[in-house]
Amino acid sequence: MGNTVIKVEGLGKQYRLGQVGSATFGADLKKFARRLQGKKEQPLDLGEENDRTKKGNSDIVWALKDINFSVTQGDVLGIIGRNGAGKSTLLKILSRTTSPTFGTYKVKGRIASLLEVGTGFHPDLTGRENVFLNGAILGMTKKEIALKFDEIVAFSGVERYIDTPVKRYSSGMYVRLAFAVAAHLEPEILIVDEVLAVGDAEFQKKCMGKMKAVSGEGRTVLFVSHQLGTIKSLCTKGLLLHNGTIQYSGSANEAVNYYLRSFTSMGSAPTNVTFTPKDNKRAQILDVKIYDVNQEQKLNFDVFEKIFIEIYYVLNEDISGLGVGLNIDRGGEILACSSDTDENPERLALRKKGVYKTIVQLPHPLKSGTYTISSIGIGITNVGGIDSHDNIFNFFVEENSFDPTFKSYSANRPGIMFASLKWETSFLEEV
Amino acid sequence: MENANNKIEKWDLIIKPQSSWLSVDLVSIWKYRDLLMLLVKRDFVSVYKQTLLGPFWFIIQPVITTVIFTVIFGNLASISTDGIPPTLFYISGITLWAYFADCLTKTSNTFIANAAVFGKVYFPRLIVPLSVLISNLWKLGIQLVLFIAIWVYYLNISKAVSPNWTLLWLFPFLIIIMAGLGLGFGILISSLTTKYRDLTFLVGFGVQLLMYASPIVYPISALSPKMKFWLMLNPISSIIETFKYVFLGSGYFSGGALIYSFIFMLIILSTSVLIFNRVEKTFMDSV
Repeated sequence: MGNTVIKVEGLGKQYRLGQVGSATFGADLKKFARRLQGKKEQPLDLGEENDRTKKGNSDIVWALKDINFSVTQGDVLGIIGRNGAGKSTLLKILSRTTSPTFGTYKVKGRIASLLEVGTGFHPDLTGRENVFLNGAILGMTKKEIALKFDEIVAFSGVERYIDTPVKRYSSGMYVRLAFAVAAHLEPEILIVDEVLAVGDAEFQKKCMGKMKAVSGEGRTVLFVSHQLGTIKSLCTKGLLLHNGTIQYSGSANEAVNYYLRSFTSMGSAPTNVTFTPKDNKRAQILDVKIYDVNQEQKLNFDVFEKIFIEIYYVLNEDISGLGVGLNIDRGGEILACSSDTDENPERLALRKKGVYKTIVQLPHPLKSGTYTISSIGIGITNVGGIDSHDNIFNFFVEENSFDPTFKSYSANRPGIMFASLKWETSFLEEV
Repeated sequence: MENANNKIEKWDLIIKPQSSWLSVDLVSIWKYRDLLMLLVKRDFVSVYKQTLLGPFWFIIQPVITTVIFTVIFGNLASISTDGIPPTLFYISGITLWAYFADCLTKTSNTFIANAAVFGKVYFPRLIVPLSVLISNLWKLGIQLVLFIAIWVYYLNISKAVSPNWTLLWLFPFLIIIMAGLGLGFGILISSLTTKYRDLTFLVGFGVQLLMYASPIVYPISALSPKMKFWLMLNPISSIIETFKYVFLGSGYFSGGALIYSFIFMLIILSTSVLIFNRVEKTFMDSV
């Protein structure tokens, strides 16, 4: 094993809720008076766990609490967690833009952080001038930048405009140039936020390639991302944060899996909904389940997993013209409305009194995102509904098992649904 | 943040919540000297972009101020200029004063104006106010050229102007003390404004008041001994007076007063740097 280059021990960060920073002069005087009298400062340990969904009793929260981990040289550590889990705070402390409230943080070697691209770019300066300025802000010396200048410009692809003020750049050119500078940093430890999600597809691929190259050179990278697929493909180690504490630390794959499981076990998210039968209805939905191809009930799916909805329903009398159907939503927009009689009109014939089971496979693959089974119902086609229920399941489709760049099911591509189109390309002649 | 030998391993950087007050990292400021010069260049270039007159603006400002002072304080109020031609008297005070005032006002918003950059990447924060001092030196240089032109002109036509050539070597020290005072007050205010925004309103007004409490538009010789004592408590007074003494031959020169200003500068500067250094670690949480 290589040697430890980052060691974080008992790290904690507290924030005071409410009007942060606008403390009154009076409050400060009181604090000062307390200190003069030899009394201890207000105990900070009163803070509560950082769960934003609950209303707390204390106005002090732990954005991070008791964080311990170490990173060995050459590790690519992916930091994941839901919004508000403390990723950004940890990143801020590691990149030294703010100090921890507790604990220590030790580093070996030169460290550079990339929380955004183009920090300090001045609109009036030319591309050339900004490359030097931005490079210096990121910790490079003028000599280092000068040595790499041609490489940076070539990588960015804006040679032609390098002596034009950047305020005349298109936003794409601006980002390219900014990333190019960042990509040519050569620190021993690199801290990266989700800056990769910029630019067009071609440029994104370039950036991903660069990231892989950097980690391949044995340099240590700390990487924060929401794109679990990227974490899996890029990182060796994973750190899962939850409400300011470390929930899991281990390999990147394990961390991602743990994260996905934790999603499913969230309180109000059942994978099986049952309804109490009532005698006065002609027909009624009894039970609805969502599961994968192995019939494992869950709400998190990979893009490549097939998703099934199972519906049990009962007919209290013989009914003809009956159909069972559902709506799938994404972001409040109905993607599909389908019923079991659509392709099989013979099912419109009389159905006998009794209990039925219907399994439907959802469109495949679904692009990554949050989906809702917004409605499930049974009714008589062209006449009216008999029983229906709204917003049964929320489920998530994520790009975990592969790198989505250049795939039409990538979430970055426009288009509501994935469509597999047949392309034929042939070589005609040499010119 | 300090370089330290851990018991077993050697770490390049150790970050703890409360480092000592005296942990000003001068070494890393030196490491970032390229950034310092690039920031100076940025200020320099960005000021002139899309202006017609460019550096000429730096001349217009003191010229107009001098004309106004000459009319109001010289002609209307008939305040003494120690026998020195009013134009020369006023411009000598204005030139040096402007450097101090610029350094102070432009460093006083360091944290707030740079919050976007400071929040994203670490570098020694003192680099930014230091770059302001250097950028303003350029402006001072241009204004000194104007001053010297006027000075040479009056040197030839007026017998009242009799420079003390032997004390000319003091001049760089006057600039250094002025820069130190401007920086000291500026970063002190910038550190305090992260918490009390009220101070930003006070800066412009305060600087103006301070000008009238310094011998810019009047000579110190025009004051009663009691007033003179109070005025000399202002560390800027002896600098302006020494400048006038060296170049114009009027004014009040005292080695003791100059040393007072120097020590005052050292104290305010070191105190401010320590406070600044402390604030820079957590200001992102309150800005």
